[in-house]
Amino acid sequence: MPYDPMLVQPMREDMTSMNAEELLDAAAVDAFMAREGTKLLFVNSVCGCAAGQARPALRIALQHGTTPDHVGTVFAGQDLEATAKARGYFEQVPPSSPSAALFKGGDLVHFVPRHMIESRDANTIAFDLVSAFDEHCA
Amino acid sequence: MGTFHSHKGELHGITVVVDLIDDRVYVGRCDTVLPEGVVLLDADVHDASESKYDGTKMSKEDYLANAVKFGVWPRIERIVVPAEDVASVTKLGDHA
Repeated sequence: MPYDPMLVQPMREDMTSMNAEELLDAAAVDAFMAREGTKLLFVNSVCGCAAGQARPALRIALQHGTTPDHVGTVFAGQDLEATAKARGYFEQVPPSSPSAALFKGGDLVHFVPRHMIESRDANTIAFDLVSAFDEHCA
Repeated sequence: MGTFHSHKGELHGITVVVDLIDDRVYVGRCDTVLPEGVVLLDADVHDASESKYDGTKMSKEDYLANAVKFGVWPRIERIVVPAEDVASVTKLGDHA
């Protein structure tokens, strides 16, 4: 059951304030994924255990010199249709949230699952993302 | 910012490896650790003694190597792993 929209609004704004595009329905996800270039799709979550570090980590990583051409986000447990559609683009990996999927063209080239976010600090998670950006987005 | 449930213990919400004293190992999101066992959500279990479809077996170590890389498919919605069967509980991320 989705959380109260008032509760999750700050978590949405956390993402949009770093210029991540909110993808609220399946059509928006498809349009995002149809774009040329590199794309990071971040699966947002209300879970403080993990997402509390994931969003700050992404903010740090996006300040790096090399970043994906496009950054989009879906909200697991909130925007159900968009999240299901997004997960269809990386259906070879088990679903988890928060998580981050990096695409080059239509190919999934890097995935950060929830368990690699949990109990890690934002800088460590950001290092993982930045390493992937350097490898795939340069 | 997020939702927190600190009363459920330090492993609450963390993806853990519950290694059993036999050939089985569970991977799942820890809800809480109780005297009677470890409560896991969205879990998977691997039995290293069981043959796969091709007749081969997969060790606990190889199963965990895959789990670290990709995570696990949540085949079990909720389970209490009995405390007397548990050899260790560790964070999956620490196996990377």
